[in-house]
Amino acid sequence: MWDLCIRSLETARLRGASYADVRVMYQRQRDLTTKNGKVGTLSQSESIGLGIRVLANGAWGFASTDRLTREGVASCAAQAVAIARASASAKRHDVVMVDEQAHIDSWQSPFRKDPFEIPLETQLGLLLSADAEMRRVKGVTLTETDMQFRKTDSWFASSIGSRIHQRKVTSGCGIAATSFKNEEIQKRSYPNSFGGQHALKGYELIESLDLVKNAAVIAEEAVALHSAAQCPEKKGTLILGGSQLGLQIHESVGHPIELDRVLGEEANFAGTSFLTLDQLNRLKYASEIVNVVADARLEHGQGLGTFAYDDEGVPAQRTDIIEAGQFRGYLSNRETAHLIGLKRSSGTMRTEGWNRLPIIRMTNVSLLPGNWDFDDLIQSTDDGILMETNRSWSIDDRRYQFQFSTEIGWEIKGGKKIRMLKNPSYSGITTEFWNSCDAICNAEHWTLWGTPNCGKGQPMQTMGTGHGASPSRFSNVHIGAAFANQ
Amino acid sequence: MRAAAKAQMRRKTSEAAAPIELLRERELLQIIETVLRLAKKIGAEETEVQVDEAADALTRFANNAIHQNVSEHGLTVSIRTVFEGRTARTTTNRIDEDSLRNAIEGSLSLAASQPKNPLLLSMPGPQKYSRVNRFVKQTAAITPEDRALAVRRACDLAIKRGQVAAGIFATGQNQMAVGNSRGLFAAYSETHAEFSITMQEKPAASWAKANSADVRNFDPQKLAGRASEKAHLAVEARELPAGRYTVILEPAAVLDLVGFLFYDFAATAVQDKRSCLNERMGKQLFGKNISIWDDAYHPLQLGAPFDGEGMPRQKVQLVDRGVPKNLVYSRASAKIAGKKPTGHGFMLPNEYGEAPMNLVFSGGKSSLEEMIATTEGGLLVTRLWYIREVDPYEKIMTGMTRDGLFLVEKGRVVSAVRNFRFNQSLLEMLRNVELMGPAVRATGEEAFEMVVPAMKVREFHFSEVTKF
Repeated sequence: MWDLCIRSLETARLRGASYADVRVMYQRQRDLTTKNGKVGTLSQSESIGLGIRVLANGAWGFASTDRLTREGVASCAAQAVAIARASASAKRHDVVMVDEQAHIDSWQSPFRKDPFEIPLETQLGLLLSADAEMRRVKGVTLTETDMQFRKTDSWFASSIGSRIHQRKVTSGCGIAATSFKNEEIQKRSYPNSFGGQHALKGYELIESLDLVKNAAVIAEEAVALHSAAQCPEKKGTLILGGSQLGLQIHESVGHPIELDRVLGEEANFAGTSFLTLDQLNRLKYASEIVNVVADARLEHGQGLGTFAYDDEGVPAQRTDIIEAGQFRGYLSNRETAHLIGLKRSSGTMRTEGWNRLPIIRMTNVSLLPGNWDFDDLIQSTDDGILMETNRSWSIDDRRYQFQFSTEIGWEIKGGKKIRMLKNPSYSGITTEFWNSCDAICNAEHWTLWGTPNCGKGQPMQTMGTGHGASPSRFSNVHIGAAFANQ
Repeated sequence: MRAAAKAQMRRKTSEAAAPIELLRERELLQIIETVLRLAKKIGAEETEVQVDEAADALTRFANNAIHQNVSEHGLTVSIRTVFEGRTARTTTNRIDEDSLRNAIEGSLSLAASQPKNPLLLSMPGPQKYSRVNRFVKQTAAITPEDRALAVRRACDLAIKRGQVAAGIFATGQNQMAVGNSRGLFAAYSETHAEFSITMQEKPAASWAKANSADVRNFDPQKLAGRASEKAHLAVEARELPAGRYTVILEPAAVLDLVGFLFYDFAATAVQDKRSCLNERMGKQLFGKNISIWDDAYHPLQLGAPFDGEGMPRQKVQLVDRGVPKNLVYSRASAKIAGKKPTGHGFMLPNEYGEAPMNLVFSGGKSSLEEMIATTEGGLLVTRLWYIREVDPYEKIMTGMTRDGLFLVEKGRVVSAVRNFRFNQSLLEMLRNVELMGPAVRATGEEAFEMVVPAMKVREFHFSEVTKF
């Protein structure tokens, strides 16, 4: 693979590129699903190719090919340079990149059990067992399970001399029970909705989640939701479960801190951000107990945003985003870092695959644990609603106003969960919401959740991101707007 | 040299930025025949092969300059085998014979790992297809320089008016072929072109977008001009209270909402009881002015005239004067329901069955101007954003207005308005349509392109307001 990388870099140089980086990527994926006790999807795929990014005449060009011959990659590199020259005809200034050292390294993400070596019968058997447990519950009308595994090898080389090989293995799984009754559809998922939990781990992740044991619990809850009271509309105290808070972080912290978005580069599609450059170190983003970091290092955990180097050849780092409630940092790359006074990229350039340009993406954007035990949090809440497991999510294109709904809610009165609520939702303005945070649970309740489906860029790229969170409490939140006045 | 290897050799990633030449149809057939031959030798009882090839390029601009400019060329071979009542799929982008053999063996290995499926159907035999011609050589011939020129003109307009432009100009060509061991073969190719632009004039922005097989069907400069004018109109926005308003939804806004309805018309969704049409077929669910077809052959549509198994797509009337009348069927869901397949199935194996992919609304005759002129009080909506399903049975959707929300009073646009969040049932919305424009090929960001009209809708529910 290095030969192909070097051949394409050399072609780019000869064609006049002042800088180039190239990625050869080999991606393997296995997808398994069941529905109502029968196998649904059963597929495996592989894809290998090369993508090269070049700077010529001060502007960017990118081209990719799956034709991995010396002729094929040279042609691809020449095309990238020609595209860069076309870009230069509509540039306002030359691209400037902050310095980065050349790195020569090889890294493999840790895993105990390679999911591609586990017999398919074992994997399908587990899904079918969980499926059967859910179908045992009367009133369940649809059962679904899924597993997904990915193994990616990437060979990165750049014209500054970097040669980095990385191998990453990710695993994910989830189950869901749906009940249709009396003109109402209710659904419960475990351990999270929209595909479950995903992490930079091997099959040990699947084994740790105990799908079969939890299958009956969610199936019974899906049926019970039909009889539950409707979540009221009011202003009140809200407690979010960890996975829902993970998505809240993703949407209302993770996206607004992307520096390309802040600078208007996503204005036509994903949107911009309320976190304009004048807000850095000035905005009180959240209450004093809130600390958020973007951390791609293994020390933070094995999340979907964990790696050794980003796809621009910059080592994984930890960046303070919110420190004791104050806004402290953005996600940057080599092109944008100098605009916020940094001498080095924060290492967040990531690509979906060999045929996509790396762009600024979240790594693991996590809320650090607080001091509360979960039982104490509930007991100290006189009147509130606990919401768990995302059902819908939406936020405006500058990341101010959001609305989330969850699969299930629990009314809390006098420090106790007293009854189930259906169709819970909450909404608010990002900074008002985070400034109302008055309790965060401790490290025992903290999980690094995986969001495997983050979309950004044109052409669209889907990326996995990590979000560590523990259950937390917020005051004076608008609850129940989604179903009010319907 | 084997046929697949010959095709591999002939694949051209042309010198510099010249247009890429896709494989010829007979070369796609040769790849399929190679797989079928190998699979038979390895022991597959039945085999289905889909070959996809795409060459796409996209020029992206922001802050009045090109900042990303990309091209890609790739080919994949997807293989489904059947062995003793079991099936599975593998996909690869390596088309040498060893790789194809590995993919076939992988598919058989996956298939063997599961219990026998008594409902699995034998693959379909040869079918007859209506031809559609959606490959426009002028689109395929567009170069990075052509795109850069159009972008530069749009950016120049922005600079002249003190605005900031961002957007894309994308062009591409793709083709696919499906064949199986029972003799079925179908092939399709198309081109596509898209221009999308956001013009920003602080603190406002507006947007325009077009999409077509033929790049000559839209004028990027006109789209830039439209977005620019609306952005200027949107600069001074006033805040209105949340509540129910009469809205005039431009086609992109209609598309991005009704796009969430199409999965509900899948027979499998109804069989699974996850469709909003459960127990509602044949009832007056929408207004009598609403009729919807799925029609892959409509002149404003794109897409293949066959489905994931190679079955020919049928034109299906989904809604007749407000009454859900028909669903679409894959071969499997048709067998369960005792119906004929309509050619809407996804590639097997899958758990979702099928979906209509070429929605066409009947529309009306009112122009946008007439809708505005007949509105005493209401809101004109350019586009919607981040739409998600809040309730799957009442089809309550939430989302935001974006890039141009305007107050209409006494028949004219009087000011811009701060953006709202909506929580609106689609079923209710399609009961409250007062006027419609002619159905056009609409393009947004939440749903794929469909043929829908602008709509004037009463009592659209806005629940909260944002900061801009």
